[in-house]
Amino acid sequence: MLQRIKSYIKSFSLVDLLIGMKVTGKYFFKKKFTLQYPEERTPASPRFRGLHALRRYPNGEERCIACKLCEAVCPALAITIDAEPRDDGSRRTTRYDIDLFKCIYCGFCEEACPTDSIVLTNMHDYHFENRGENIMTKDKLLAIGDRYEKDIASDRAEDKVYR
Amino acid sequence: MNELIVLAVIVAKMLAIVIGLIIVVMLLTYLERKVLGYMHVRLGPNRVGPFGLFQPIADTIKLLVKEIIVPTNANRFLFIIAPMISFGTSLIAWAVIPFDEHVVLSNINAGVLYILTVSSLGVYGILIAGWASNSKYAMFGALRAAAQSISYEIAMGFALIGVMMAAGSLNFQEIVLAQNGNILHWYMIPLFPLFIVFWVSGVAETNRLPFDVAEGESEIVAGFHVEYSGVTFALFYFAEYVNMTLISVLTSLMFLGGWLSPFQGIPVLEPLFAWVPGYIWLFLKMSFFLYCFIWFRATFPRYRYDQIMRLGWKIFIPVTLIWVVVIALAVQFQLSPWFS
Repeated sequence: MLQRIKSYIKSFSLVDLLIGMKVTGKYFFKKKFTLQYPEERTPASPRFRGLHALRRYPNGEERCIACKLCEAVCPALAITIDAEPRDDGSRRTTRYDIDLFKCIYCGFCEEACPTDSIVLTNMHDYHFENRGENIMTKDKLLAIGDRYEKDIASDRAEDKVYR
Repeated sequence: MNELIVLAVIVAKMLAIVIGLIIVVMLLTYLERKVLGYMHVRLGPNRVGPFGLFQPIADTIKLLVKEIIVPTNANRFLFIIAPMISFGTSLIAWAVIPFDEHVVLSNINAGVLYILTVSSLGVYGILIAGWASNSKYAMFGALRAAAQSISYEIAMGFALIGVMMAAGSLNFQEIVLAQNGNILHWYMIPLFPLFIVFWVSGVAETNRLPFDVAEGESEIVAGFHVEYSGVTFALFYFAEYVNMTLISVLTSLMFLGGWLSPFQGIPVLEPLFAWVPGYIWLFLKMSFFLYCFIWFRATFPRYRYDQIMRLGWKIFIPVTLIWVVVIALAVQFQLSPWFS
């Protein structure tokens, strides 16, 4: 009987509802977790595997020696390489295409590369507007490498001890 | 000629109310998303304009330019007319709402009765929309909305009877003026259970959370307006928010002293706040209830359907009946300070 009266008082005084509203009322004033994406970004790991890039040596010579190890290791068959001797006799690629639709961003190409030429940068937000732009040609890859060389190098340096 | 001027004044008043409502609804949609976001520890819309203030305008433009899709085998005429009914009925109730002393479109004697009548008309729009959509989900939503509105209207009516008895009038101006005096004279205090019942019934009437089984996203997609898009959906949306505002204003008028200042008769505070016009007080009270609408939405999970019915029929109606008797006794014996 007493129990019943108690439960009646409890439900009619709306205590439970008020407790619930107190919780949400408190959260109203809490610090917000929202990250204003294009302006703010979450910290990314140096190992993040995003868009590809081809690097150069500090003297401007491209690192890739057309060994085709990346092409061989690529599980998604996303890389296509044609190679020919250059005018000065060194072996270079004439074609280095990565199909981003095929790529699974496993990073095997980067691990296979003996010269640290092909790398995965931590750029994850890129887009294409036209059909065919998903094929990253050698020029595009080198341009990305040139543009972000500083970030790429610092990321590699940070992760070096673990490799 | 004279009649024309009177007509022009009435049309101007109506336009003022409708435009005011549009602005309130726009701000309310913004506020809802913002407050809800804040309670979710998010920021809410903040991209369009300063603090995202132009978000409702962007939403409106989007809704206005979108296509109206009429489902196959739907009753075209009723399908289009249903949102108009909802929209219209949500607006006509505002004719008797006093925003300040003598600031009212039509000061009729039976204002409360008029509100009761008109607010139950709104459910026809929902019912017709649900039936004309030729969709099972819409049909279910409409039936649920109808059953819910009818159940809660009774409790609401009894709560209003308490107010009528206390004020001795059906006119909103007189109801508000009967609460003259300071904050302690407001009907919120002697009619507290009725106040809660009216307010909760109001939330249920407008099909807002936690009573939104009519829209229940997890069960019936969006309920009665599942087939609606573009302008037709915008009208339903607008009607819902206008109804929310109406319930808030009604609660403020009948239980919180409407446009009366809460500091009436208090020595220092009364002259200090004497410059605040009445409609500001009404707006503040209304805003508080609108905030509560959103607060409830952020807090409570949806009621189960049978629980809604149980609350309406087996709890609210008995409680209001008992309290009507209590009020009758209090009025009879002129309990001060409210009924003397």
